[in-house]
Amino acid sequence: MNTETKQPSETSFESQAIAPMSATRPFYWSVRRELWENRSIYMAPLIAASVVLFGFGMTAFRLPQLRRNALALESARMRAAIELPYDAAAMMIMFTVFIVGIFYCLDALHGERRDRSILFWKSLPVSDRTSVLSKAIVPLAILPLLTFVIVVATQLVMLLLSTAVLLPSGLAGTTWQLLPWPRLSLILFYGLVTSALWEAPIFAWLLLVSSWARRATFLWAVLPWLAISAIEKLAFDTTFFIRMLVRRLTGGFEEGFVVVHYPKDAHVPVVDRLTQFDPLKFFSSPGLWIGLVIAAVFLIGTIRLRRYRGPL
Amino acid sequence: MATIEARGLRKAYGATIALDGINLRVEEGRILGLIGPNGAGKTTALDAILGLIPYQGELKVLGRDPWNERDLLMRDVCFIADVAVLPRWMRVSQALDYVAGVHPRFDRAKAEAFLAKTEIKRASKVRQLSKGMVAQLHLALVMAIDARLLVLDEPTLGLDILYRKQFYDSLLNDYFDGTRTIVVTTHQVEEIQHVITDLMFINRGRIVLETSMEQFEARYFEVMVKPEHLAAAQALKPIYERQLFGRSILLFDNVDRLQLAELGELRTPSIADLFVAVMGSNAGTAQGAAK
Repeated sequence: MNTETKQPSETSFESQAIAPMSATRPFYWSVRRELWENRSIYMAPLIAASVVLFGFGMTAFRLPQLRRNALALESARMRAAIELPYDAAAMMIMFTVFIVGIFYCLDALHGERRDRSILFWKSLPVSDRTSVLSKAIVPLAILPLLTFVIVVATQLVMLLLSTAVLLPSGLAGTTWQLLPWPRLSLILFYGLVTSALWEAPIFAWLLLVSSWARRATFLWAVLPWLAISAIEKLAFDTTFFIRMLVRRLTGGFEEGFVVVHYPKDAHVPVVDRLTQFDPLKFFSSPGLWIGLVIAAVFLIGTIRLRRYRGPL
Repeated sequence: MATIEARGLRKAYGATIALDGINLRVEEGRILGLIGPNGAGKTTALDAILGLIPYQGELKVLGRDPWNERDLLMRDVCFIADVAVLPRWMRVSQALDYVAGVHPRFDRAKAEAFLAKTEIKRASKVRQLSKGMVAQLHLALVMAIDARLLVLDEPTLGLDILYRKQFYDSLLNDYFDGTRTIVVTTHQVEEIQHVITDLMFINRGRIVLETSMEQFEARYFEVMVKPEHLAAAQALKPIYERQLFGRSILLFDNVDRLQLAELGELRTPSIADLFVAVMGSNAGTAQGAAK
C-alpha cells in the first residue's frame, strides 16, 4: 500500500477544497434547519401574543374605569395594578415558550430517528456534536431571545392601545408616568438569561431522553424523577428531591433576583425593581453551577448516543 | 490506495454475527455490486464503511478510519442509505440551501440543472412528492456533491421501472467519471448487471463470491443443453441445473468455452441465476472456487 506517498497530495487537495467553508457554517445552517422544521418555535409564542392582545383589546373599554380605580390606591398597589396586564402578557408568552421548549427537546433527536431522516443528516459532513448543539441552542438561547422580542413587542402594542383608549378620558399620561416599561424590559431580559441558565439541565435531560428512548419520550423523561421522589418519600419520609425538582422547574425567573414576598392579596409583583437584580447571588449559587455541569454531562451523553443511533 | 480496504471486518449484535471477518478491497473507479439475501450483512458492511457503527477488525475508507474520522470522511463520501430518508417536512429549496450550506463540495448549479429535467418544483415539500420524485431529488443532491465514494443501499426500492431505469442511467451518464467509486446493494440484480464492474455475493456475514465482471463473463457460462448431450454436460460438473420449457439449463464455472459450445446454446448467465446457484450450493465451496 502506498498510503504514505499519497498522503501529502491528498491533504493539499482537501485543504484547497474545504478552505471557503468556515467551521461555524454547518452549525449556522443546522440551526436554520431546526427553525424550518419546528415552526412552533416562533408560531406558538406569536399565537400566544395574539391571544393576549386580543384579550386586552376586548377588555379595553373597561380600561378608563379600571385606571380610575387604580389611581385611588396607595402607590405600591397602584403601580401593581397598572403593571398587572403587562406582567400577565409576559408570563403567558413565557409559559407558552417553556412548553414549546419541552416538546421541542423531547422530539429533537427522536423525530429524526422515527422518520429515518437521521440517515440523510448523517450522510452530510455535519458532526454529531454540531447537530446536537444546534438543537440545544434552541431552548438555551433562541427561545429566550425570541421570547424577549415578542414580549417587548406585545407590551408595546398594549401600551399604544391603552394610550389610545385612555386618551379621551385624559388618563393616557398616567400609563407612561406610572408604568416602568423600559425597566420591565430590562428585568425581563435579565430574568430570561438567568432562567435559561437555571433550566439548562432540564432541557439537556430532555435531549438526552430524546436521543435514547425508542418511544414514549415524555414518560421516560418524567417517570424516573417521580419514581425517585416516591422512593425517597417512602423510604425516608422526606421530600427533598421533589422540592429540588420543583425549584429547578419553576425557580428559573426568581433565582437571579432578591425576591420580596409580599402578602398574596396585595397583588404586588415579586420583581419590579432594578435593585432586585442579584447577579452576584445568582452566579455564586452552587445550584446554578451544579446544574450547568449536569447539563454539560447530559449533552455530552446525547452527542455520544447520537453517534450510535440509527433509525428506529 | 484502495478506496475501501477491510481485513477481518467483524460485527456482532449480541449473539448474532452480522459480519464474520470479511476481507474486502475496492479499488478507485470501480462500481461494486454487493448482493446477498436479507440479513446477509450487506447493510452492516455498508454501515461500517460509512462510520455509522463501530466494528472489529481493520477498515480503511479513503485511507481513513470511518468510525473515528467520520466527520472528515463524510466530505468525500456520500450515501443514499434507503429510499425516502429525506425529511418529509423539508421544501426542495430548503434541501438545496441546507446541503449547499453544510457541504463544501456541493455544486448547487449542478443540482439545479438536474432538477430542471424533472417535474420537481422548488416550493414543494418532500411529503408532496411521489416516491420516485423523492429518489430523483436525493439523487440530484448526491450527484452534485463531488465525492470520491458513493454508497447506495437499495436506492431504487419501491420505485417503478421508469424511475429505476432513469436512476441508473443518470448515475452512469451524469455522475460516474471513472475516478469515483460506487458501491451499490440491491435485490433488483438484473438492473445492475450492466452497470457494475465488480460483483460480490455475501451471505451469513461472509463473502461467498468475488469477481470482476470481465472475469464473470469469462468464467461463468450457461448452456441450454440439447437433450442428447445432457449426460455429457452433467459429467462436466455444472454448479447449477434448472429446467426451462422442458430444456435443461446448466451453469458452469471455469469450464472450457469451446467444450461447452458443443453441448448447446451458450450464454453469459444473469447475476440472478448465478446468485441462486451459489447461494443454493455449499457456500464454502463457492468461496474456495473463487480463489
